[in-house]
Amino acid sequence: MSETADRVKKIVVEHLGVEAEKVTEDASFIDDLGADSLDIVELVMAFEEEFGVEIPDDAAEKIGTVKDAIDYIESKQ
Amino acid sequence: MRRVVVTGLGMVSPLGGDVETTWKNILASRSGAGPITHFDATDYVCRIACEVKPADHEYGFDPNLRVDHKVQRQVDPFIIFGIDAAGQALEDAGLTDMSEQERFRAGCSIGSGIGGLPGIESESLVLHEKGPRRVSPHFVHGRLINLISGQVSIKYGLMGPNHAVVTACSTGAHSIGDAARMIAMDDADVMLAGGAESTICPIGIAGFSQARALSTSFNDTPEKASRPYDVARDGFVMGEGAGVVVLEEYEHAKARGAKIYAEVVGYGLSGDAYHVTAPHPEGSGAYRSMEMAMRKSGLSLADIDYVNAHGTSTPLGDELELGAVRRLFGDAIGTMSMSSTKSAIGHLLGGAGAVESIFCILAMRDQIVPPTLNLDNPSEGCAGVDLVPHVAKERKVKAVLNNSFGFGGTNASLVMKAI
Repeated sequence: MSETADRVKKIVVEHLGVEAEKVTEDASFIDDLGADSLDIVELVMAFEEEFGVEIPDDAAEKIGTVKDAIDYIESKQ
Repeated sequence: MRRVVVTGLGMVSPLGGDVETTWKNILASRSGAGPITHFDATDYVCRIACEVKPADHEYGFDPNLRVDHKVQRQVDPFIIFGIDAAGQALEDAGLTDMSEQERFRAGCSIGSGIGGLPGIESESLVLHEKGPRRVSPHFVHGRLINLISGQVSIKYGLMGPNHAVVTACSTGAHSIGDAARMIAMDDADVMLAGGAESTICPIGIAGFSQARALSTSFNDTPEKASRPYDVARDGFVMGEGAGVVVLEEYEHAKARGAKIYAEVVGYGLSGDAYHVTAPHPEGSGAYRSMEMAMRKSGLSLADIDYVNAHGTSTPLGDELELGAVRRLFGDAIGTMSMSSTKSAIGHLLGGAGAVESIFCILAMRDQIVPPTLNLDNPSEGCAGVDLVPHVAKERKVKAVLNNSFGFGGTNASLVMKAI
C-alpha cells in the first residue's frame, strides 16, 4: 500500500469514526462508511491540508470512494 | 388542565458526569472550582472556573458513553453535554424504546444561553488565518443553540415539538416551564427539557470579565470564590455542563407505572424592564416571577420548604433576590431553607435553571437540602433566613421553588411538589 493511501485512510478513520478495516480502497464514503455530503466536504478539506493540494469542487464531486481520493491526490503530487 | 410530572433526570456537571455523582458531591460540600485548564488564562483577571472534568477524573465525564465519535468532532461541548444529559434522563425514565406513535408525542426543549462560543471563536481564527475555504462545513449546525434539541430528536426519534429557549441564565428554568405548558396544552405527552452551556474559552472569560461579572479576588483559592450571600463575594464563577429532565403527562406516567419524582405545579415569568445586566434595584422582576409561580401552584408560601436561589455570588444580585424573597414570604420565611448550589458548581448560565431544578427534586427525594458553601460572614440582609451554610441539612422537603434570572432582565421561577 502506498504512503498516500495510508495517510488517506488515517484521515477517513479519524473523521468518520469508522473502524480501519472498513476503509478498503473500494469503500464508498456514502454507501459503505456512513458519510453525508457535508462529511465529504470536510474530508476533502482534510486531504487538502494533509497533502498541500487544492481539490476544486468539480473534482471533489467525483470522489466517491477511498480509491478515487488516493488516485486524485497522487495525480497532483 | 393536564398535570405534568418529572419522570427522568440527567446531568453533566463540574462535580460529576451524571446525576447521582454530582448530588453525592454536592451533599459532601465539595467544590467543582479550580484553575482554568481549557486554555492558558495567565493573562486574564479571572483564571478560575468550574470545568467539567475529563473522563479519567474521579468525578469526570466520558463523552463516549452516549455521543457518537463523529458528532463529538463536529459540535461544541455544550451540545455534547446536552445530548448526554438527555440520554441519561430518557434512560432514567425508561423511555428509550418508545413506539412510533409515542414518539410523535415526545419532543425536546433544551436550550442554551450563549451556544457554541468556543467554536465560533476558534473558527473565526481559522477564517482569519487560512481563509473561507478552511472553515468547517459543520461550523453552523455545530454551534447553533437549538442543535441539542435537534441532535437528541434525531438520535432518539422524537418527533414532537422541537424547541430551544434562549434567555441567558434563565434558559434552563424557562425551558422546563415552557415544555411543561406544551404538555399541559396537549401538544405532547413527553418532553425532554433543560439547558446546557460551555463557554469557558478565552472570549467567554474575557467578555464576562469586561462586564465585571466574574470573581477575580480568589484566583489562588478557587474553591473559595463562589460565595453567595457572603460579605466577601465579588462575582460569579463560570461553570459548564447540562441538566435535562423528562417531563410527562401525569396519566401517561401513571399508566406505564413510571417512577414519579415530582409534579411541576407553578411557573412564573417576568421582565425587569430596567437594565441589560443589572437587576432591578427593588428586585421587582424577581418578586413578580416568584409570585406568579406561587399563584399558579395553588400552594401557600408556608408550604415551600426549600428555595434554590439564583444566588450567583455577585454583590448586587444576591442581596436583591434575598430582599424579594423576604418580601414575598413574609413570616413564612422562617420555616423554609434557601441555598445556592452555585457555591459548589459555579454558574452554568443556560444550564443553571435545569441543573438546579434537579437539585430541588433530589432534595424532595432524599429529604435533605444542599448547602451554600463559603458562607462565612453573611451580609446584612441575611438575618433570619436559613441559608444552609457550609453543610447539607436534613429536613422535611415537600415543595420547592427554583429561581433563575438572566441578562436582559429576564426572570423565571418554578414551583414543584412531591406527589
